[in-house]
Amino acid sequence: MKRSHRLGLPAIAVMTVAVCTVAACSSGGGSGGGSGNSSSAALTASAPGITATTITIGSHQPLTGPAAPGYSEIAPASAAYFAYVNAHGGVYGRDISYKYLDDAYNPTQTATVVRQLVLQDNVYAIFDGLGTPTHLAVESFLNSQKVPDVFVASGCDCWNNPTADPETFGWQLDYIREGKILGQYIAQHFSGKKIGYFYQDDEFGMDGVKGLDDEIPHSSVVSRESYDPTSTNIAPQVAALRASGAQVVVSFSIPAFTALLKLNSLKLGFSPTLAVSNVGSDPITLSGLLESFAKQGGATVNGNALTTGIITDGYTPSLGDTTNSWIALFKKVHDAYDAKAPFDGNVLYGMAVAYTFVQAMLKAGRNPTRADLVSAINGGLPQGPAIAPYAYSMTNHAGVTGAYIGVISNGVLQQKGPVLTTDTSASGTITTYSGTEPQAPASGIPAP
Amino acid sequence: MTALSTPRVLGAALVTAVVVVILSIQLNTFRDYQIAEIAIEVTAVAGLTVLTGLSGQISLGNGAFMAIGAYATALLTLHLNWPFYVVLVVSALVTAAAGGVVGVAAARLRGPYLAGATLLLGVALPSLAEAYPGVFGGDQGLDVNFTTPGFLGVNFPLTRWQAWVCSAVALVTLVLLANLGRSRVGRNWRAVRDDEVAAALAGVNVARARILAFVVSATCAGMAGALLAIVTGLVAPGAFTITLSIALLTAAVIGGLGTLPGAVWGSLVIVLVPTYATDVATSHGLSSSVASNIPVAAYGAVLIAVMLVFPQGIQGAVRWIAGLLGITSARSGRLVSAPEGDELPPSRHQALLTPGGDPPDPHEKEDTQ
Repeated sequence: MKRSHRLGLPAIAVMTVAVCTVAACSSGGGSGGGSGNSSSAALTASAPGITATTITIGSHQPLTGPAAPGYSEIAPASAAYFAYVNAHGGVYGRDISYKYLDDAYNPTQTATVVRQLVLQDNVYAIFDGLGTPTHLAVESFLNSQKVPDVFVASGCDCWNNPTADPETFGWQLDYIREGKILGQYIAQHFSGKKIGYFYQDDEFGMDGVKGLDDEIPHSSVVSRESYDPTSTNIAPQVAALRASGAQVVVSFSIPAFTALLKLNSLKLGFSPTLAVSNVGSDPITLSGLLESFAKQGGATVNGNALTTGIITDGYTPSLGDTTNSWIALFKKVHDAYDAKAPFDGNVLYGMAVAYTFVQAMLKAGRNPTRADLVSAINGGLPQGPAIAPYAYSMTNHAGVTGAYIGVISNGVLQQKGPVLTTDTSASGTITTYSGTEPQAPASGIPAP
Repeated sequence: MTALSTPRVLGAALVTAVVVVILSIQLNTFRDYQIAEIAIEVTAVAGLTVLTGLSGQISLGNGAFMAIGAYATALLTLHLNWPFYVVLVVSALVTAAAGGVVGVAAARLRGPYLAGATLLLGVALPSLAEAYPGVFGGDQGLDVNFTTPGFLGVNFPLTRWQAWVCSAVALVTLVLLANLGRSRVGRNWRAVRDDEVAAALAGVNVARARILAFVVSATCAGMAGALLAIVTGLVAPGAFTITLSIALLTAAVIGGLGTLPGAVWGSLVIVLVPTYATDVATSHGLSSSVASNIPVAAYGAVLIAVMLVFPQGIQGAVRWIAGLLGITSARSGRLVSAPEGDELPPSRHQALLTPGGDPPDPHEKEDTQ
């Protein structure tokens, strides 16, 4: 047959063209670096991503896709705080340039965008990469490349592994500590009551349950129901919780599923005391979700009324506490640089973690290498916007170590009781933190 | 009949391999990573375009076959620590077996029913990883350790080695599929696609031809999954959502359904357009809520533009331009002038989604035998 090679040859020809196209595209991705050409002669291009005038850092964030609502506010909030710092002198005179790329919460895309940031854009560090499964896809790559991987936006205990992953640092309160603190409160205040668990069937939920089980007697747990975040039908789990006679339900859930739990309970006339983990209990997010889900179901509810009475915990000051110096600072930055976003828990999170990064950069020195940033954090960071100290040391890469218990009332988290700190071990005791939270600096920028 | 063409195909493959090696050395390491990504996509899309374009079956579940290949690779590497080339072959065999099982069911289904069944596969299978976290690592997935071989030295970039491995697998796959497409197997597929009754009367075992097409397609997807596992270093269910399966089909359609060059074009679009659009969007200082949606919008715009202007995909456009330029080699000249057996005439696109297909096309008849 004459046409016998038709399928083959063009395919290979096109493959050749294809590869050439890649070559053409790459012309823009040359070397960064550059030498100091600013007036401040002492500043040098001391590391990849650092020039005399800028510090370029990168991140992967779910800006589109199912995880985007709420979480997509975090990176713009961090960028807003960096813009504030840049406008007020920067970090030793350098501007922070924050390039965050969308991974749609898909680990394959995380692997691609982080390689783009590290291999092509030559970022100095990866900052606040969001999500457990997503960030796990790049953790070993970043460590093999010796790129600082700071303040991962996930409460997984897995970021605290200084021997195997010396470049990686957690930031937020991990779910095991959180479970212990919530669990102790419930064991003390609802002694003898029947307790039910509702949790996400992944690392997040299971770490939380691990912490709860350290504190709550097994005999009082009458039901353990988990949910899959890809399936919104949780009616069977709620029915099982109701059938078990649970008087208190502890929920390690993301906001959408906290709202679904509340609405499904309402439908069944089931009204246990609800205790929810920090990530699933931001009152503003929750209230909005409750109202929109109810509307989809043809009902009208008052979100703030439904969230009132939910027990939760917090590791940053409550947004409702307008006299707090940190809230005042971040509100000011929000209004000036990120006013389109609601001032909610996600924005507070993004600003607080950005503040911590500036603390670490200032400590790393005027002309830091990548290793300088890592050793600066290994040397410990002073307490900042979080209400408890960080655990950072040579042998510990966990972040915030404690939280306070709070109750939501009329859309605002009200602190109940003192700040409690603990560790992640089953035997580790929970102690009242005696220190006080420092005031936010008047300049809004940490002292070097 | 293929005495002349096989050496030419192999020669072209060798030339391409040399070009890939030279480019991978010239370009930065992120471009190497993208070459690897393109090669992975080519491997999977080539298998799908053969299934859909040649045998006339649709699959919205090839992402699940990629998951099978990837998890097989992760488990074999983790527990048995076999060398990668062995793992690749075993992963391909495992996926081929899965493709055979699905193919037996698929051979009985047509049009939207087949689409629905394979869609179910694409949605449900990756959830198994979450259902059995002890074996598959749950939501966090499994780590895959892949390093450069010792003889290349310690300073050899890992991404370059990944680009080489992936491109080699993609090229071998393309050569084999090209041979398969013009062999008796390929002619049987086209015969079945165009008219099952006529094919059966002519002595073609219709069910066997259809199942074999599924096996071949699944094998390609499985190899792509194995490559994806070693390139990203992690196998997690979040990587194998239904979006992946749909992206594979989109790449095949954008490139030109049923043509292997089309598989390459489509893969280029799928891999490079989002990255390029992100770069453009972020460098123009757009607000984050706008910039983050530009890649998705660009992807949609390319799909619409290609479908409107060139319903036969980019490869159709290439042939059209070649025709305009008067390139009248026997091959391209004939391709432009008349639709032929290994590409899908426009009516066939609809036939795929219509129960029972549509009447045989007289143009196609003579081609099938």
